[in-house]
Amino acid sequence: MNKLILGRYLPGDSWLHDLDPRAKLVAGVYFILILFIANNWQTYALLWLFTLLVMKLSNIPYRVYIRGVRPLIWLILFTVFLQILFTAGGTIYIDWGIITISEFGLINGVYIFFRFVMIVFISTVVTLTTKPIDLTDGINALLRPLKKFKVPVDEWSLMLSISLRFIPNLLDETQKVMDAQRARGSEFGEGSLVKQMKTLVPIFLPLFVSSLNRAEELANGMEVRGYQASGTRSTFRQLKWKFQDTICLMAMIGLTIALVILRTSGVAFH
Amino acid sequence: MVMEIKLDKVTADYQLGPMRTPRVLDAVDINLKPGTFTAVVGHTGAGKSSLLKVLNGLLLPNNGQVMVGDTVIKQDDNKKALKAIRKRVGMVFQFPEAQLFAETVEKDICFGPLNFGVSLSKAKEIARVAIKQVGLDESLLSKSPFSLSGGQKRRVAIAGVLAMEPDILVLDEPGAGLDPTGKKEILSLISSWNRTKQLTTVLVTHDMDDVARFADDVAVMEKGQVVSHDTVRNTFSNQDQLDKWHIDLPSARRFQLKLEQTTGLILAATCLTEEELADALIKVGLV
Repeated sequence: MNKLILGRYLPGDSWLHDLDPRAKLVAGVYFILILFIANNWQTYALLWLFTLLVMKLSNIPYRVYIRGVRPLIWLILFTVFLQILFTAGGTIYIDWGIITISEFGLINGVYIFFRFVMIVFISTVVTLTTKPIDLTDGINALLRPLKKFKVPVDEWSLMLSISLRFIPNLLDETQKVMDAQRARGSEFGEGSLVKQMKTLVPIFLPLFVSSLNRAEELANGMEVRGYQASGTRSTFRQLKWKFQDTICLMAMIGLTIALVILRTSGVAFH
Repeated sequence: MVMEIKLDKVTADYQLGPMRTPRVLDAVDINLKPGTFTAVVGHTGAGKSSLLKVLNGLLLPNNGQVMVGDTVIKQDDNKKALKAIRKRVGMVFQFPEAQLFAETVEKDICFGPLNFGVSLSKAKEIARVAIKQVGLDESLLSKSPFSLSGGQKRRVAIAGVLAMEPDILVLDEPGAGLDPTGKKEILSLISSWNRTKQLTTVLVTHDMDDVARFADDVAVMEKGQVVSHDTVRNTFSNQDQLDKWHIDLPSARRFQLKLEQTTGLILAATCLTEEELADALIKVGLV
């Protein structure tokens, strides 16, 4: 339970930790978009270099990121596998009726693999270096313009911050309930699938009960303190755009230009 | 059956995300004699709960070993061995009512015994005994545990652990969050099981009055270490040490010291419980 990396925040004081969450969010999403510009080994190499540099800048050891990819590795390999099977072109290595493995398929598979890993790495960088609460503030600030179209941005961000806020509690509680049931002789991850499912009931039920109780307590607590969904709110934490945030976005633009140049000058496979 | 618990230089920590916590237990040596009632005291984060978890195999030592009876808990223990240990060491967590899940109280109490391979009819029999042991009526067995009051839930949860018929009972603040009467009742029950069944008992608590009233021995924990393990009387006689550990005296003893200070009277004995205090006051003719 405690081994989950994706979505976790690691305190630190690196250059990245210090960035404005808005800049990090925009840059993170933008990076994932421009990944699709890459189409040859030069562009992929450049993106890799950039990703590794960003990871280095976070002052968090590489092994933490690698551990973050681990839970997703089967999903990634499955996608890569499909890609290899269903892309045709170039030399054909294996041809068993509907199953053909071709040169382009393999190359595409490798690219897809790297693309996935980079997406995971970069999103992990964003969450590892940004406090969940800052992340919510950032999202809220970025979505603010949608308020003009009657989108309930504040409610969304409240919901988001409440859920993020209680994730550690839920993890804690899960651990506690698991320990308690284990102490009563329950074994997890053993026996047939049906048996394993059955051992989950004694964990999920108490968690549901306590979550519902807590939701009600929280709602009451907010109400007695005069919370109103329609009110206008000022914020305790003010987001401040700094010079380094501008640098961050400039770097993204620079990366885009470099990618476009490498894409057109490099040798494309398709 | 009575059981001895022996910890030999036990060191443990937790995996927390990508990091490891600093040692929550640091070379702990402690020896709990069979049938004793030991209170574990110390500040938040001193490692009390971790000590309990180590006894149950929920936290495995990185170094050193834990002996429960003739079984040794080591880092690389397999699940079967751990299960055998968990059968013998009944663990009541803090706020144990959070572990209730079944539709009926009976099913919840039967959960432990069934996991340890007891037949359904035998488990139901045990449940009837267990619910009476915690001072509740048999008629509650058919009710939903979620319909009970807080104190009743707590008792049902404890009954669920007793139903495993452990040789050692380990409890983490079983009285927390209950009203004074409810708390006293639960602790009295625990104390009576300790005496009548020779059940080795380990109790984590913050309440020094409970320690004075119910425990034989006290283990004081500080920064992951057991810094003292002595009888209740010896522990509470050592004022300087207690101050250093920031541990309070039982209220009877505090009253006695204050009285001696203001009146100049010196009571004959060190009074740790209200009863002792009353006797001593009668003796000097104050009441």
